[in-house]
Amino acid sequence: MKDRIFKTVIYIFLSVWAVIVLFPFYWMLLTSVKSYSTYNAEYIPKFFTLSPTLENYSSAFTTVPLGGYFLNTIIFTLVTTGVMLIVTVLSAFAFSRLEFKGKNLVFTLFLALMMIPNELVIITNFVTITNMGLRNTFTGLILPSVTSVFYIYLLKENFEQIPNELYKAAKVDGTSDMKYLLKVMVPICQPTVVTIVILKVIECWNSYVWPRLITDKQAYFLVSNGIQEIRENGFGRDNIPAMMAAVVSISTPLIILFLIFHKKIMAGVSRGGTKG
Amino acid sequence: MKIRLEHLTKRFKSRDKNGADVVAVNDFTFEIPDGKLIGLLGPSGCGKSTALNLICGLEEPTSGKIFFDDEDVTDQPPEKRGVGMVFQSYALYPHLTVRKNIMFPLGNLKGDQKLTKEEMNKKAEEAAKIVQISELMERKPREMSGGQQQRVAIARALVKQPRVLLLDEPLSNLDARLRIQTREEIRRIQTSTKITTLFVTHDQEEAMSISDLIVVMKDGIVNQIGAPQDVYDEPVNLFVAKFLGTPPINVFDGKIKGGKVYIGEDFITDIRVKEDKEVKVGIRPEGFILSDEGTMKLNVAGIEVMGRDTILVADHDGAENRIRAVVAGDDAKGIRHGDTVKAKIRKGKVFVFDATSGERLGTEA
Ligand SMILES: Nc1ncnc2c1ncn2[C@@H]1O[C@H](COP(=O)(O)OP(=O)(O)OP(=O)(O)O)[C@@H](O)[C@H]1O
Ligand SMILES: [Mg+2]
Repeated sequence: MKDRIFKTVIYIFLSVWAVIVLFPFYWMLLTSVKSYSTYNAEYIPKFFTLSPTLENYSSAFTTVPLGGYFLNTIIFTLVTTGVMLIVTVLSAFAFSRLEFKGKNLVFTLFLALMMIPNELVIITNFVTITNMGLRNTFTGLILPSVTSVFYIYLLKENFEQIPNELYKAAKVDGTSDMKYLLKVMVPICQPTVVTIVILKVIECWNSYVWPRLITDKQAYFLVSNGIQEIRENGFGRDNIPAMMAAVVSISTPLIILFLIFHKKIMAGVSRGGTKG
Repeated sequence: MKIRLEHLTKRFKSRDKNGADVVAVNDFTFEIPDGKLIGLLGPSGCGKSTALNLICGLEEPTSGKIFFDDEDVTDQPPEKRGVGMVFQSYALYPHLTVRKNIMFPLGNLKGDQKLTKEEMNKKAEEAAKIVQISELMERKPREMSGGQQQRVAIARALVKQPRVLLLDEPLSNLDARLRIQTREEIRRIQTSTKITTLFVTHDQEEAMSISDLIVVMKDGIVNQIGAPQDVYDEPVNLFVAKFLGTPPINVFDGKIKGGKVYIGEDFITDIRVKEDKEVKVGIRPEGFILSDEGTMKLNVAGIEVMGRDTILVADHDGAENRIRAVVAGDDAKGIRHGDTVKAKIRKGKVFVFDATSGERLGTEA
């Protein structure tokens, strides 16, 4: 009896929580299907609409070149994540497996970098990239985010869990370091690697401040900048429904990605959490 | 193929500046004959694993040379030496199936040694057959028992048809019954493949039971090499005598007086040593014969019946520890706790050692 009451309370609580969490998504979808005039006519926004329309979606893609931004974002995300993966895996390997002078010192300095807030780094990055003449280039967009101290740290900790004897066994069989890394270490740490990739994809997809700073040509805009542009394109007022339509279009790929990989993400996060 | 070590030495530099270096392997000079199973035996930390790592090439020696037959392999990397190695924790790749684990070493072959997928598969299956795990090929390591994993590890070491098989405490993760089974398995595999095999263990019983030859080492130094029975019967020093045998040898403080060995007042045996001095006397548990003519008096502290034989637990003033003597069950009948019994000492079961150096003294006359 007591159990049941307890369970009921828990479920009620969870349901309320779910509603709170999901409501913004609903609001976003709802607004995106209200026409611009309906939206502006509602003095107090309604919780539903009787005349859904897709016109916002077409205007989102026509008023600004959202399709082009999508392409830019995909390129940016793929290249950044790919390069980041190579950099992260190799440096985690170096820190966990190789012996070199000053290894601990370098790693400590690396960790110390984590203490510096991102916002501070952005300023120096901006100066550096501008001085290198890389404004309005993909290189300039991508370069600052191809490494991540935290992911290197996470992966290094994971690599170090792999017993030393495995390495010795591989060496006796004449396995090269590279092959050992790719065929043994990475597969064993696959959940973490997958997690890192997904988190990075999300980060890239959502990145806003850096692309906004380093690009001022439309040819290099990412979707996040696109949203801002749509908003500013309203007839004297913010075109909120069109913006919401853009937001829905942009979030959908990520949500699909999450739904496909959510088991792996959860496994990786919880593993990384307890061990790292 | 025989292995020859010449003055092989490995010195580990101490991490802190003032600490002493560790000489894990100290001036190893001996030969391991072709096709034999050799047990490398010694207490924990004596340098067994280091010796093995030197032979397989995972560690570089500080000085000295290693020969496989007449080929100097000292500077060769592991894969050139043609060694197979089995580790204490098996070191199987957890994400690969048994088949892939066994095939892994073959994937590293280069040049004209390169094999096709089918050839690799065939070799893996042959190796699996030798260790009798053919029906487990598609399992992952974590889906198998310790003993099965151990066999996979052996199969993986065998698949390259190594010239030398090295096993580093391959049985220490197994429970007692599986241990005995698996060690016989290793013996069987070694006999059928005739690969020169070096087997590391700190368990003397294990080494004695399956080795053709045992190498007893302590603190990086080889103390004695020989057939298990010979080493047991003729230990060169107190350490070797103590290390071999269950129950362990009984050690007493004794003295030599006029060519005779005494423990306290009890005469033990004659010895061909002229000068009188303090000594350590070791008597194997099976070296006691209960008899009224016996010259050694034991105070019985207990009786342990073990089927045919009986272990007599006793005290003696000169003994370092409680004495354990294995006697025939019939002789021990009627003996109780608190009795004093007399024992004769069997020739060949008593050894006399220098009290300070532990070296064996004179052979008894
Ligand atoms: N990489 C190393 N650096 C410094 N000292 C080491 C290193 N490897 C081993 N040693 C030292 O060398 C000695 C021998 O070690 P080794 O691992 O060979 O012992 P072992 O006989 O295999 O012991 P066990 O039975 O416990 O496995 C030990 O004192 C150990 O501390
Ligand atoms: Mg060891």
